[in-house]
Amino acid sequence: MTVVVRWPGSALPPATAESWRADVLARLRGGARLVTLFGRRLGDQVLLTAVLQHPDGALHVARALALADTGYRALTAEHAAAHCFERELVEQTGLPLTDHPWPKPLRYQDRDQAAMADHPFWQLQGKEVHEVAVGPIHAGVIEPGSFRFSCLGEQVHHLEIQLGYQHRGVEARLLAGDPRRHTPLVETIAGDTSVAHAWAFGAALEALADVAVPAAAVAARGVALELERIAMHLAGLSGLATDIAFLQGASSWGRLRTTAINTSMRLCGSRFGRGAVRPGGVRMALTAELRAEVAANLRLLQHDCAHVDDLFFGARSATHRLRGIGTLRPDVAAEIGVVGMAARASGLALDARTAAGGIWHEVPIASVVHADGDCLARARIRADEIRASLAWLSQVLERHPEWPAPPPPLPSLAPGQFVVAIVEGWRGEVVHCLETDERGRLTHAKVQDPSLRNWLGLAVAMRGNEISDFPICNKSFDLSYCGHDL
Amino acid sequence: MNPWRSLRVRRDQGWQYIRDVRAARPAGFVGLPQIAEGTCGAGCQACADVCPTQAISPQPLQLDLGRCVFCTECVAACPEQRIRFTTDPRLAATAPDELQVRPGDAADRTRVRAHALFARLFGRSLRLRQVSAGGCNACELELNATANVNFDLQRFGIEWVASPRHADALVLTGPITATMADAVRSCWEAMPEPRFLVAVGACAISGGLYAEARGVQRTFLADVAPVLYVPGCPPHPLTFAHAILDLLDR
Repeated sequence: MTVVVRWPGSALPPATAESWRADVLARLRGGARLVTLFGRRLGDQVLLTAVLQHPDGALHVARALALADTGYRALTAEHAAAHCFERELVEQTGLPLTDHPWPKPLRYQDRDQAAMADHPFWQLQGKEVHEVAVGPIHAGVIEPGSFRFSCLGEQVHHLEIQLGYQHRGVEARLLAGDPRRHTPLVETIAGDTSVAHAWAFGAALEALADVAVPAAAVAARGVALELERIAMHLAGLSGLATDIAFLQGASSWGRLRTTAINTSMRLCGSRFGRGAVRPGGVRMALTAELRAEVAANLRLLQHDCAHVDDLFFGARSATHRLRGIGTLRPDVAAEIGVVGMAARASGLALDARTAAGGIWHEVPIASVVHADGDCLARARIRADEIRASLAWLSQVLERHPEWPAPPPPLPSLAPGQFVVAIVEGWRGEVVHCLETDERGRLTHAKVQDPSLRNWLGLAVAMRGNEISDFPICNKSFDLSYCGHDL
Repeated sequence: MNPWRSLRVRRDQGWQYIRDVRAARPAGFVGLPQIAEGTCGAGCQACADVCPTQAISPQPLQLDLGRCVFCTECVAACPEQRIRFTTDPRLAATAPDELQVRPGDAADRTRVRAHALFARLFGRSLRLRQVSAGGCNACELELNATANVNFDLQRFGIEWVASPRHADALVLTGPITATMADAVRSCWEAMPEPRFLVAVGACAISGGLYAEARGVQRTFLADVAPVLYVPGCPPHPLTFAHAILDLLDR
């Protein structure tokens, strides 16, 4: 789950953009999966990095130097899953790409809202056509984003999602100051995914500092991560039940989430798992009294969730509202690079936990896959994953009843290294790439929340559905705005 | 829907709401910090050095609740063990100066002063419009939780509304990104008077972890001063409940 790749030395790669592009495309055609792709400006050149995962799970890093004024022909033209990465690449480095089918700013980084008002939305022409614009402020206690629906009557022909309203400048902040003290900042990249981001960032730093984390600390991180998954899946199910006016499901799943997040608070002081993970280990104490309390909470969750699941998924009024709505076909999900639980609900067995070592090898977790790709599948998968995580937690807490003391500060980072760390958060893979210069200072921090890739999945899933289906489609994907916008 | 399954879920549910939100002290919560009286070692600023938001000024030791993200790094760093965090959720203040925690502060010090006009107008019915302007969804989730079956702030007539036209107060989260600066302002301008602004979370109050970030533009707060500051990263629903109820003199 935390796979770390070292880029040998600080020597710049000899490959040119053209040979890099050909190499990456050949690997993708050979069945590899694009994990991330980004660039960093170096004077009049751009250092390109692509991380690929081969079918056997092994990661491959491909790097090249492109001339900043020449660019290359966009991979997206032949491999749609690169779409968001190459939009970001153009925005962050100014590299000119040709033949990108959707060459628009990704998040209006370092610009103001006036620039966003001129976003070139795709327009549907015709007498019966109407557009619905929603946002950036939405009708609820929720983050901002802009949605433009092109409709024929009630039917949505196309949805374009414009994001960037939450851009704070996370990546630039990570380069300022001592990175070993940035975990509180990392925990706010996407506040509902605090543990997964803190773990990915921590794992990357640990690789750079060449520090091994004790097995019991890895287990403790797993506990924090799975509690986060359970809590957010409960929040999502509660929201979905609210959106279809199934109020007993909404209130029951809602209060069960309270139990899950209060368990996190007992372990680390935060209902969002903040403070749980620190570079080198964990900052949670597990006393005998706490162990009993956590075990009792897990039993309660197991018992009560089973009953709410029976009620909700046994109610035809609920399943009928969700079945066949917002369908994302497996081939489309794979083509556009959807990850995480949304991918698994569309039949793709993508889960960084299954290939990872450590606690995931010692106590394998059941990874659930559904085939239908509709709102019902994305609801069921969350209920199933809650069950799997609860079972896993009980086993892990029995095997690792003692957690180590908070770690000492990490030693300094090795110079000239590039590392990738992947953690399967509740939405999907969280990817952190860090690179150090010849003096061991951080020169690049690339943060990737699964939301970056999955927003297009939501847009595509909406096609052909009624506009009134949007709330449940949106909730079923349950994506992060700030995780996308950074 | 199967009625027996529904009854079974209802039986499991029992009574979930917190009967007395004023008396509740959540177990394990990192709440109001206390600074013990005493002296620091010569030149020591270990607490300030580990603080990610410059919330602590050493010599004399003082902690700014508006900046604090409650990470507790300072507790372990202090060689004199002068800083500790209690489970007290009463963190809010009506004036920036009241956000300062100083050595020997009385445990029940009043930081929120009741607002006579708002108490009279909104004491029994308050409508809130929330805007996230760079909030990370932690504040938003906790604000949503104020309306769940546990906290149930609707019992006090406090409700979240979709339109600024229906709102009495704007509840702001996030440091205000440059790309949301106009939207925040137009939301505020769409609200009928009298209205007031509530800053929720370290980001909204002080910029928090993003005070120095490139994408942040906080000029709105130079024009409109919050009436209520609700610290936390994110604030606990009980912290928000105390803040509003104190302001409305409930």
